[in-house]
Amino acid sequence: MPSGSPPHSNTASLPEHSDGGFPSAAAAAAGQAQPLQRPAAAMQFMLLFSRQGKLRLQKWYVPLSDKEKKKITRELVQTVLARKPKMCSFLEWRDLKIVYKRYASLYFCCAIEDQDNELITLEIIHRYVELLDKYFGSVCELDIIFNFEKAYFILDEFLLGGEVQETSKKNVLKAIEQADLLQEVRYLFS
Amino acid sequence: MSDIVEKTLTALPGLFLQNQPGGGPAAAKASFSSRLGGLVRGITALTSKHEEEKLIQQELSSLKATVSAPTTTLKMMKECMVRLIYCEMLGYDASFGYIHAIKLAQQGNLLEKRVGYLAVSLFLHENHELLLLLVNTVVKDLQSTNLVEVCMALTVVSQIFPREMIPAVLPLIEDKLQHSKEIVRRKAVLALYKFHLIAPNQVQHIHIKFRRALCDRDVGVMAASLHIYLRMIKENSSGYKDLTGSFVTILKQVVGGKLPVDFNYHSVPAPWLQIQLLRILGLLGKDDQRTSELMYDVLDESLRRAELNHNVTYAILFECVHTIYSIYPKSELLEKAAKCIGKFVLSPRINLKYLGLKALTYVIQQDPTLALQHQMTIIECLDHPDPIIKRETLELLYRITNAQNITVIVQKMLEYLHQSKEEYVIVNLVGKIAELAEKYAPDNAWFIQTMNAVFSVGGDVMHPDIPNNFLRLLAEGFDDETEDQQLRLYAVQSYLTLLDVENVFYPQRFLQVMSWVLGEYSYLLDKETPEEVITKLYKLLMNDSISSETKAWLIAAVTKLTPQAHSSHIVKRLIQEFTVSLDTCMRQHAFELKHLHENVELMKNLLPVDKSCEDMVVDASLSFLDGFVAEGLSQGAAPYKPHHQRQEEKLSQEKVLNFEPYGLSFSSPGFTGRQSPAGISLGSDISGNSAETGLKETNSLKLEGIKKLWGKEGYLPKKESKTGDESETPPIPQESTIMENVDQALTKKDQSQVVTQSKEEKEKQLLASSLFVGLGSDNTISLLGKADTVSHKFRKKSKVKETKSGEMTSVHNMTCSSFSSLSNVAYEGDYYLNTLQDRGDKELKKFSLNSELLDSESLTELPLVEKLSNCSLSTPSLFDDNNMEIFHPPQSTAASVAKEICLASSLLEETTEYIHSNLTEVCNNETISVSSYKIWKDDCLLMVWSVTNKSGLELKSANLEIFPAENFKITEQPGCCLPVVEAESTKTFQYSVQMEKPFTEENLSGFLNYHMMDTHSVQLEFSINLSLLDFIRPLKISTEDFGKLWLSFANDVKQNIKMSESQADLPSALKTLQQKLRLHVIDIIGNEGLLACQLLPSIPGLLHCRVHADVLALWFRSSCSTLPDYLLYQCQKVMEGS
Repeated sequence: MPSGSPPHSNTASLPEHSDGGFPSAAAAAAGQAQPLQRPAAAMQFMLLFSRQGKLRLQKWYVPLSDKEKKKITRELVQTVLARKPKMCSFLEWRDLKIVYKRYASLYFCCAIEDQDNELITLEIIHRYVELLDKYFGSVCELDIIFNFEKAYFILDEFLLGGEVQETSKKNVLKAIEQADLLQEVRYLFS
Repeated sequence: MSDIVEKTLTALPGLFLQNQPGGGPAAAKASFSSRLGGLVRGITALTSKHEEEKLIQQELSSLKATVSAPTTTLKMMKECMVRLIYCEMLGYDASFGYIHAIKLAQQGNLLEKRVGYLAVSLFLHENHELLLLLVNTVVKDLQSTNLVEVCMALTVVSQIFPREMIPAVLPLIEDKLQHSKEIVRRKAVLALYKFHLIAPNQVQHIHIKFRRALCDRDVGVMAASLHIYLRMIKENSSGYKDLTGSFVTILKQVVGGKLPVDFNYHSVPAPWLQIQLLRILGLLGKDDQRTSELMYDVLDESLRRAELNHNVTYAILFECVHTIYSIYPKSELLEKAAKCIGKFVLSPRINLKYLGLKALTYVIQQDPTLALQHQMTIIECLDHPDPIIKRETLELLYRITNAQNITVIVQKMLEYLHQSKEEYVIVNLVGKIAELAEKYAPDNAWFIQTMNAVFSVGGDVMHPDIPNNFLRLLAEGFDDETEDQQLRLYAVQSYLTLLDVENVFYPQRFLQVMSWVLGEYSYLLDKETPEEVITKLYKLLMNDSISSETKAWLIAAVTKLTPQAHSSHIVKRLIQEFTVSLDTCMRQHAFELKHLHENVELMKNLLPVDKSCEDMVVDASLSFLDGFVAEGLSQGAAPYKPHHQRQEEKLSQEKVLNFEPYGLSFSSPGFTGRQSPAGISLGSDISGNSAETGLKETNSLKLEGIKKLWGKEGYLPKKESKTGDESETPPIPQESTIMENVDQALTKKDQSQVVTQSKEEKEKQLLASSLFVGLGSDNTISLLGKADTVSHKFRKKSKVKETKSGEMTSVHNMTCSSFSSLSNVAYEGDYYLNTLQDRGDKELKKFSLNSELLDSESLTELPLVEKLSNCSLSTPSLFDDNNMEIFHPPQSTAASVAKEICLASSLLEETTEYIHSNLTEVCNNETISVSSYKIWKDDCLLMVWSVTNKSGLELKSANLEIFPAENFKITEQPGCCLPVVEAESTKTFQYSVQMEKPFTEENLSGFLNYHMMDTHSVQLEFSINLSLLDFIRPLKISTEDFGKLWLSFANDVKQNIKMSESQADLPSALKTLQQKLRLHVIDIIGNEGLLACQLLPSIPGLLHCRVHADVLALWFRSSCSTLPDYLLYQCQKVMEGS
């Protein structure tokens, strides 16, 4: 593909070569300018929020505008917090499936597509909690608040682009430790 | 504590790294040295949103100063980034820091780089322009020798990467597939997966490497490659059937516990991997018996092994059930899966119950008896406190609705609807109720009341199709006229009662429906006079809460009723009121009413009673204005030029290019909106009644046709459902007998329990019997397909089918109207005949009509005509025995030909979905005759050669071969290799022909080889002429898509053709193009027409044509350079030929 169509002023000053038609390069560029509909990832996004409705972590695997993200977060936090403890862990929300689970004072909330498997998503959440627990050593909400970047690092080693990257707990933690260790060493000597 | 924060914030930037005093014991674990800690604690201490905002704004402005200060070190920058991420998470804009995040990723050491990359992945989305600045950094890090740097770069690439920069990193990432560390290989595979998602064509060449990843010795890498395979198989399952064996083997190993223990999750071996594999198998085995057979064993094993009572086991079981029901059915497995579903449904755990319902919803169409088994559970779920369970139950009920249980189910749905507030739910549910009501409504009153509920709840959020369909249904009616009138009358009465209720506000759309119905059908009322109705409408018109669009509908209704009214007192008041209205539209309507009102006779003619379905004759050419135009011209006015012509002229004068999108030049609304004063009233009326009648006008033609041609006994091209039925039916008999037993057992149990049942239980039983009526074993089959044949009066066809058949019918209509002027009438005629085939006298009609057509039209096929008329000897009423004497054909030939015809008709029956040509003999000798015909399938041209053995002897090793031709790709269809042709029998050979490159006409030749009594071999040659038209199919796209495609094609050809008198108008020219070239007419805009076709397999060709007096200006465009020329040639031939 040409790296860019010529500016319009240039084409306009070209001698007449077509009776009302379009220069083919410009037409081709116009055709390709249409953004492709990107197929969505298995997981659309993951939110962590407290019982008070404070967002603690957000990871979006689909491109959305900030405004939409805010709207979705607000609506979902409200809906999930309004649900009673004995209720189903799944929610239909717009055309998405929401899978959520509460651990102590924190809600973990994932959005998947309707044909995805809700139960295994619940286990994804659980595995993430296990990883956090192992890393921080009996994790609590405060660990995540004050070290949220670490929580993100762990999440990125476990889920990548909305898909499960590594299911072995040992491997995920090894990868994190490796990065941490190298950092520590540099840190000491810098 | 907030004081401390306030102080720190106002303090000098030099205090930046100073430690914060610790918070409570709760924060003990948090890092004391971080400013983030202070910020977080500060926020937690605040009580109001306003205070928080103030604090964060302060924080942000101090951060802004810090990040842009030249003295800020990278270490400080990292600290700032973390706080920026935090602020963004709280919903504040930190976009000033984005560029610094990229810088940090670029310049920092590992520690800082990691935070920089994290911030980038959280801040930016993949279309963000700043992302381009990251590419260099990524490229550098991918080449780094440090493992951690490589991993970080791969991680960020798998999350966000600009699509257009993929080529810059692709070779580096491909290299990483061979990296020694599995973590790098795994991440590289995921990065490629990401690329496959956003730009599939860029990674096409490395599919072979994906296979290597699938065989990787590391489980993690292999599992990662499954993401790619799942996606690719979802898009095209047929391309990966060869991998089925591998996937089955992997799954077997996983299930058998052959993986390292690391991958166990709660002692279940690699559940994520299992689920991914099950999904892939489900896709591969769909509608494919051979592939499905490969996986039965492993599915059985998976079901067996998943016995642990843990969530993750259930997740696997659920996926297993899903796969079993997706693939080609096997009764044993289905039985086990059904048992599994039962386990879910009956589980006390709510999550499992929900999934049970979901699974039931999924399988219910294949196996409705399962719902019967669980009917009591389903009833309980209907009243479940959790709305999500209720909703899934309603979804399930929606799938099992039939004419007998509709009232109960819709009532349940309405109950739910009244409780829910979420817009998405309302829209969804309202659509379903309307659909069910149209399909299965038991009587008029119920139908109208249900629709009233739909309109009042769904109101303005529902899909606009719902009121439109409803009105169309009312207007067009059904077969029984008195029934229709009753329905309409009931609607009118119910609306009048609704309008009598004081202080109730109805949604605007509902009011619009009401006003249309009242306007059209108030004449059916006995008691109420039109004046009373007008009074009610008038009251609504004076209501302030009503939108001006609705008012236009209301005033249109009043206009329709006015000619029926005897006293015009109220109408006059209305006119008075609205001729001075501030709303221009309303004023316009009022004036129209006023003028019409002055001439009652004209008004009665203009607004006849109950004629909403009649075709309206519109003089689109505005010929009645000719005098006016002539007068103007004689006074020296310039002749009128259409908009685009003026534009073109202007452009050619200025010698510059037109940069406006092509589509815009077609923007003229309606017929002749701005061409004449008469057009104004036509255009302005469009918001009211004439929009409706306009709609009617375009649709009524098609719908009449549907009933005649595409009805129950007619020809319905539903191949999918047919094959679906076939594949589903085998297990049903066993299942249903089992279920019958269960059912009987259930009822017996019920009977024994009757005494002890509480009243509540009884109610539930009652509900169950009313809900699941019609689902019993007797009706199983009817649910699977025959249900559709039950005639419901409110039946409506699905939209797709409707439009499709509508188009087909219009083609047919045209055929009928211009029957004699067509040269290819034979195939159209045949086509028409197929639709008649089910009638008892099909043979008779077929032959007689065929011969008639051929007699008059295709002289070249005269021999066949003779044969045909010969054959119609079997229909004595038409031809008496004397005819036979005239032709004197040899007896054997006649017999064989008769057989041939029989065969042809049987073949035709098989292929009724497609249009096809007549059977033509291509070569023969004394023993054998070869005939052929073409079937124009949607995706290819199917050539069928039928070989008839006329002799009484057996032929050995008959073989038909087609010579390879450079322009064609010929594929033999399975099942046509016949070593032995028995005496006096007919065999067929099928070849699908694809075009390799465009041409006008080309010969396809071949030979037939056979041995006779093992003595000598005989070879017969034949050839067939194929034209480009055999490979042209209509391309059905919207006007909008046409515009887009038009712009994207570079190859174009223009030509003006002079037309003969008879076809010198656009519709007839388009008709000719549609019939003879199989172009699809997309749109007609004024005197311009848009058409599209595709050259098989998939080269689109677009045509824009315009009529100027007797000149037809054709303008072709296509993605293929030669196609426009060929199309033009064909066009010329057709237009000049006819």
